[in-house]
Amino acid sequence: MGITFRNETFRNDFTFRNSPEHVRRFPFPFHEDSYMYAVNIEPHVAGPKGSVLENLIDVDEHYVAEMQDRALVLAEDPLRCQSLPHMTLAGWDLLELLMEQQALGYPEHFTLTRDGDRWRWINRPLGIDDTFTFGDVSTLPYGPMEYITRQSQGDFCILDQRDGNLWMDAGMVTTQADWSLDFDIGMNFFEWHAPVPLAHEKGIFVRALKFLTNIQQGKPARRLNWTMTINPRLDTSPENYHKWGPDRTTVTPENVGEKVHLRVELQSFWRLPRSNGIVFPIRCYLIKMDELVTQPKWARRLHRVIRDLPDELANYKGLTRYRPTLVEWLSKLDDGSPTSPGFGPD
Amino acid sequence: MSTGTTKLDVVVSDVVPVNELVTRFHFRRRDGALLPTFSGGAHVVVEMRDGERTRLNPYSLMGSPLDTREYTISVRRDDAGRGGSLFMHRHVRPGMEMVISYPVNLFSLDLRARKHLMLAGGIGITPFMAQTAQLAAEGGNFELHYTCRTASLGTYADVLAERYDRRVRLYHDDRDERIELDRLLSSQPLGTHLYVCGPSGMIGWVRDRAASLGWPAETVHFEHFAAPQPGAPFDVTLALSGRTIRVGEQQSLLEAIEAAGVDPPYLCRGGVCGQCETNVISHDGKFIHNDHWLSEEEHRSCGKIMPCVSRFEGRSLVLER
Repeated sequence: MGITFRNETFRNDFTFRNSPEHVRRFPFPFHEDSYMYAVNIEPHVAGPKGSVLENLIDVDEHYVAEMQDRALVLAEDPLRCQSLPHMTLAGWDLLELLMEQQALGYPEHFTLTRDGDRWRWINRPLGIDDTFTFGDVSTLPYGPMEYITRQSQGDFCILDQRDGNLWMDAGMVTTQADWSLDFDIGMNFFEWHAPVPLAHEKGIFVRALKFLTNIQQGKPARRLNWTMTINPRLDTSPENYHKWGPDRTTVTPENVGEKVHLRVELQSFWRLPRSNGIVFPIRCYLIKMDELVTQPKWARRLHRVIRDLPDELANYKGLTRYRPTLVEWLSKLDDGSPTSPGFGPD
Repeated sequence: MSTGTTKLDVVVSDVVPVNELVTRFHFRRRDGALLPTFSGGAHVVVEMRDGERTRLNPYSLMGSPLDTREYTISVRRDDAGRGGSLFMHRHVRPGMEMVISYPVNLFSLDLRARKHLMLAGGIGITPFMAQTAQLAAEGGNFELHYTCRTASLGTYADVLAERYDRRVRLYHDDRDERIELDRLLSSQPLGTHLYVCGPSGMIGWVRDRAASLGWPAETVHFEHFAAPQPGAPFDVTLALSGRTIRVGEQQSLLEAIEAAGVDPPYLCRGGVCGQCETNVISHDGKFIHNDHWLSEEEHRSCGKIMPCVSRFEGRSLVLER
């Protein structure tokens, strides 16, 4: 049967929508009625059928539209995709990982055939059928990382591991929440996290680095992160702040349900076998308030989370300007009854 | 989730004596599938079921990372050691089913290097077997200097000389051949990275000379898996699990903790990776730190111990495990 891919946009007329089945599989990130930073890293193993965790690399109904949006971003700004020279081998590692996982999870859409180094990759949704020599850059139209990440949902940071640190030395980053690969390329783990408040003092990054440098082949890990975005924009980069920043001033009681989107990042961490690097896919899921509140449990809980969010966190996530409007709107959907434990809808 | 790595069920597909001290073991997957890809310098931890005991020893993968139909390791027999290498030599036969870990690389090539200068001593040659194969396939620039006691103990020296010709230099102790280290280190092009694997004396010598000749520490890579040293038995109390256990003469502290049913994390079992680092709650006695992970200051402060290789002598020791 396969996935029915939507024809939709993440800019201009913003026709992005989630089908009702996709609303139910949305990775709602709040397991209780309040939110605080937590170490929420867990093994990245396959989850329930029909969830975004059913396959370790998720492909969904937005795949084709997201890949078209990525191509538009890259045409405007090629620096969203960069790879330092020593990272080509890691790019091949990532190509293998994504081709294997996509073909495994969605055989009706993707096929990988290998005959030694001669590989054939069929991507039916994007109309691609390429044969190439694994390891030979000249046999692909782009470098291996760019080739496969133009065909994979989410952003990808490839990190080199050396001197007990991780270095952001390659990446494809077009769907980010206000950070830039072009600013961060070549930086180490502490350098690119420098802008994050408080966490340094708590030693969070020292512990996180220790965890990440010990990620083992065959044992990926994952965590969820979240923020909010006005309009379903995938590209909320610093480079384009002038386009999306002013959106925050446009939220009114009338358009909250249509304009305000919960943005959830499913971040996973994988050891790459040939290069010994780490890849950090950041998969972005968007859902507008009108869709989210079709699940009464999520509506009640989100109201309580946003209402009670500490001001520092609300500021950091850029919600301050429209938070009162959002809370007021959500409050009408909160009858005060208890929410059940866990992430899923009732 | 951090305990060791994912495991692989393998069958011993071949056992090949290499010389009077070294034997090579070949592993294939029991289900016939390819083994996971790895990178030059990676090791696996081999589980040995030796009667009541499970021995866990790390060995470098020495095959080409381009061929994952089988893994190969080489084990040097250590007659005075704790028995792991003797078990491999005496009991492991073709057809035997064993369990090994996924590959872990704590001795990775720095792929930014313009040139890779490798120094091996004795059985320290094994990680370079895979690294040279990886670099040769990519047209990478490397040079290997290999010291061994005698020509007959020059494990794989013939193979390497045949494969790489003048990129390999051999030195035999019994002929008084010695690496002219200062000259070698002083004559390298900018952008060279140095890798050394061998006895700890050799590693210390190379690191010292490189430092005094101005090599930046980030360009000097070394791998030395300390084998756990035997010593006097001692008692330890594990505060979190509420047990008091005895660490035997031939047993490591990590092994004793595992035997007590506690499942501490580990990766290298050789004092280098940092995974099994454990806080000391109280002690009355002396630590014998054998690890390469904790800083000298941490060793002096007695607040942490690496139970994979370190021991204790004294009246009481309480650890947070």
